[in-house]
Amino acid sequence: MTLETFLQQLANGISLGSLYSLIAIGYTMVYGILRLINFAHGDIFMMAAYFMVFGMVNFSLPWYISIIIVLIATIALGVLLERVAYKPLRDAPRMSIMISAIGASFLLENLATYLFTGVPKGFPDITFLTNSVTIAGVSLSVATIITPVVTIVCLFLVLFITNKTKIGMAMRAVSKDFETARLMGIKINRVISTTFIIGSSLAAVGAVLWGSKYPSIIPLMGVMPGLKCFIAAVLGGIGNTTGAVLGGFILGMAEIMLVTFLPALTGYRDAIAFIILIVVLLVKPTGLLGEKVTDKV
Amino acid sequence: MSVLKMDNVVMKFGGVIAANNLNIEVEKGKIVALIGPNGAGKTTAFNVVTGVYNPTSGNVYLNDEKITGLSPDKITNKGIARTFQNIRLFSELTVLDNILIANHLQVKSDFISCALRMPWAKKEENAMREKSEMLLNKLGLLHLKNEISSSLPYGEQRKLEIARALATDAKLLLLDEPAAGMNPHETNELTNFIHTIRDEFGLTVFMIEHHMDLVMEISDKIYVLDFGQLIAEGTADEIKNNPRVIEAYLGVEEDAEN
Amino acid sequence: MMNKIENKNNKTKRYAANILLAAVFIVVITLIDQNLIGDQYIKRVLNLSAIYAIVAVSMNLVNGFTGLFSLGQAGFMAIGAYTVAVFTVPINYRASIFYIVPQNQVLAQIHLPFFIALILGGLAAALVALLIGIPVLRLKSDYLAIATLGFSEIIRIVFTNLKTITNGALGIKSIPGVSTWVIFIVAILSIVLIALLINSTYGRAFKAIREDEIAAEAMGINLFKHKVMSFAIGAFFAGIGGGLFAALLGTVDPKQFYFTMTYNFLLMIVLGGMGSITGTIISSFIVTFGLEFLRFFDEPLAMFGYNITFFRAGFRMVIFSILLMILVLFFRKGLLGQKELSWKLISNIFKGKNSNKKSNKGGAA
Repeated sequence: MTLETFLQQLANGISLGSLYSLIAIGYTMVYGILRLINFAHGDIFMMAAYFMVFGMVNFSLPWYISIIIVLIATIALGVLLERVAYKPLRDAPRMSIMISAIGASFLLENLATYLFTGVPKGFPDITFLTNSVTIAGVSLSVATIITPVVTIVCLFLVLFITNKTKIGMAMRAVSKDFETARLMGIKINRVISTTFIIGSSLAAVGAVLWGSKYPSIIPLMGVMPGLKCFIAAVLGGIGNTTGAVLGGFILGMAEIMLVTFLPALTGYRDAIAFIILIVVLLVKPTGLLGEKVTDKV
Repeated sequence: MSVLKMDNVVMKFGGVIAANNLNIEVEKGKIVALIGPNGAGKTTAFNVVTGVYNPTSGNVYLNDEKITGLSPDKITNKGIARTFQNIRLFSELTVLDNILIANHLQVKSDFISCALRMPWAKKEENAMREKSEMLLNKLGLLHLKNEISSSLPYGEQRKLEIARALATDAKLLLLDEPAAGMNPHETNELTNFIHTIRDEFGLTVFMIEHHMDLVMEISDKIYVLDFGQLIAEGTADEIKNNPRVIEAYLGVEEDAEN
Repeated sequence: MMNKIENKNNKTKRYAANILLAAVFIVVITLIDQNLIGDQYIKRVLNLSAIYAIVAVSMNLVNGFTGLFSLGQAGFMAIGAYTVAVFTVPINYRASIFYIVPQNQVLAQIHLPFFIALILGGLAAALVALLIGIPVLRLKSDYLAIATLGFSEIIRIVFTNLKTITNGALGIKSIPGVSTWVIFIVAILSIVLIALLINSTYGRAFKAIREDEIAAEAMGINLFKHKVMSFAIGAFFAGIGGGLFAALLGTVDPKQFYFTMTYNFLLMIVLGGMGSITGTIISSFIVTFGLEFLRFFDEPLAMFGYNITFFRAGFRMVIFSILLMILVLFFRKGLLGQKELSWKLISNIFKGKNSNKKSNKGGAA
């Protein structure tokens, strides 16, 4: 392997990892607050990609307006999902909420198949993202380069919101102890909506960048990234935002490196995340940056 | 001889010290109470004994055998059973099922012979049912055996939880606020109940309780906990007259109750 | 005294009704098996329902009775199905099936009778369940959902790649079929075994874990051991279901076991009642037939000369997922909740009595 190929793959790994990170933040935040695996999060990401296709292809809007529309529509979808599928079950057994999450995910996938058909749609070309530049003899697309930057910026934004703002403080309180926070008069529903707004907007950003790198959009495109990103969140320590980003990076990197160094195993690239999950649960179940949570007795 | 011994047990959560150097001994056949204001670390002490928490340092001994850090089910298998501050029955199951479940730890047959209803498994099941019904009968709960446990009145649920702990064949019973939410009449009944089962089943009882009348009447020995520290130990009379206890706890509590 | 006589009377009545029900069942299955009533299509859907009932009940054991959220049923079925496929296809057909990549030399020589292959498939599924369950169930069972969903996907990838064993994406054809009788007897046997387990002391331990893990552990129940046990037994019977599935269809390929297949079983247990075996059996037939009849939603429909535009491919699954959502949001208990269907329950319903006092165990159906 030449050094160029290696550097190329390294950049790909970082870029894929940052995409995972963006989605993983949404999982980790929702799990932190509701102790719920939001199975539909990957499908929100998928819908965001379709929104972009509609904005730019069907309505021929310029990319910057499309992105704003995608953000708004995705956030609306995320909040709607929470209102319809999760809020009515807040006091129901956890099994019911999990089933509702699966149901919502399945509904979005089926709805997308029904409305947009299973035939792949091409992601619109945002020229400044798909342009390639050559750095040190390695040709990379702008999307590959700016993805990690965008991710880091998003991470700092999320950290700022959770650590420095009033709603962030409420979020932390709710994730520490849901019931007590509710008794203390924290507006639980506002906290949860905010969590879904943040998670969905990051999924929207992720979808735009993803589409620019892998421009084939299908209704089930969110399934695998969804599962992997939840694993990334577990790897980083569920509930921990920085951990989710770290987990995403590691996962993306591991995947690309497997393909680079053991091309014979390319068929198994989707399996690596699950092997990582098993290893994490065996070795350090709290994840890299997570703290131990004890159940109240 | 002491059945239970906590030896310099320290439990820290992050920076918070929930229990500091606890030295507690519970002697065989005695009823020992652990009292203290809310948040003093009483339930934490129970959780360390029953294996829910692994103590930061120190050890717990059951009949001189070290049980520190064992999982809760293993500790129950060794002969300690508990009730919970906020009743934790198997609420959708019947009274009898609750008791039968507590018998499960003694089951010898494997799942295949149980599913296939092999003669030895059947025998075991029948013996288990008989024993459970006898226990319910002794405790005056037999007429409720087919009721869903969550449909029972509060006092009966408390009783059932104690019965369930007994069904594990434990010799040391840990009761976490058994009289919580009970009126004086019910509390009185509970006092008799605890006495009866202690004598009948040859038990040792270690309990957390807020009702001072109950504690003073029933306990052979009392430990007082405040801010994770033991501040006093002794008989009811000694505790009643201990100025530190009055300051930390009793005075306030008596006022609140009157 | 009066009560006792009435009780005995009722008991005899119930006994007679059970025998009558069994007789009707035997006659109907025989007629269908001999193609005297219904057509091939109905027969096939009935067989499919019986197979799905096994898998759905096995899933209910794990999800409804033990309170674990497992989504691996399609994957476990795939293992059972492939085991039956690999070992029961006649040896002289094999070269023509594995015409691109030849079959593994050792496997190519082994032919097993159907029932041995079926059991082997169940055991293989249970073994894989142990491999997943031991790391995942040790601590937080929350992650079981993700791990099993991932497993269902990976098992497909593995079966697509292991060409010398599974023939890859081409799949394995010419699997010998079995009669309706075999399918129904295996189904009844499997479900009865699961029901017996649930009504044993181990089943009570599972329910205790579902109700309250902390209390169950405090009662001396080893959570890990019992969770793994329930999960592996569930996988075993899903494997059995998969084996029958392969024999019924006569062909297996990885695409049949897409993870969304598990959602069918999820709908069945939610509809029937999480924690109700009889409910799950009934809903398996309803859902399987329902999915077949809903197929017309996928066909273009013209009424009075207008094309009703929303009738087109994919509409069926949209309805399916909306149904699942409506059930879990508004009818969380499903048909039977945690109750079992029995003559007593039926007569109580007819008498308009409130029947929520006690879950009636045993009985008929």
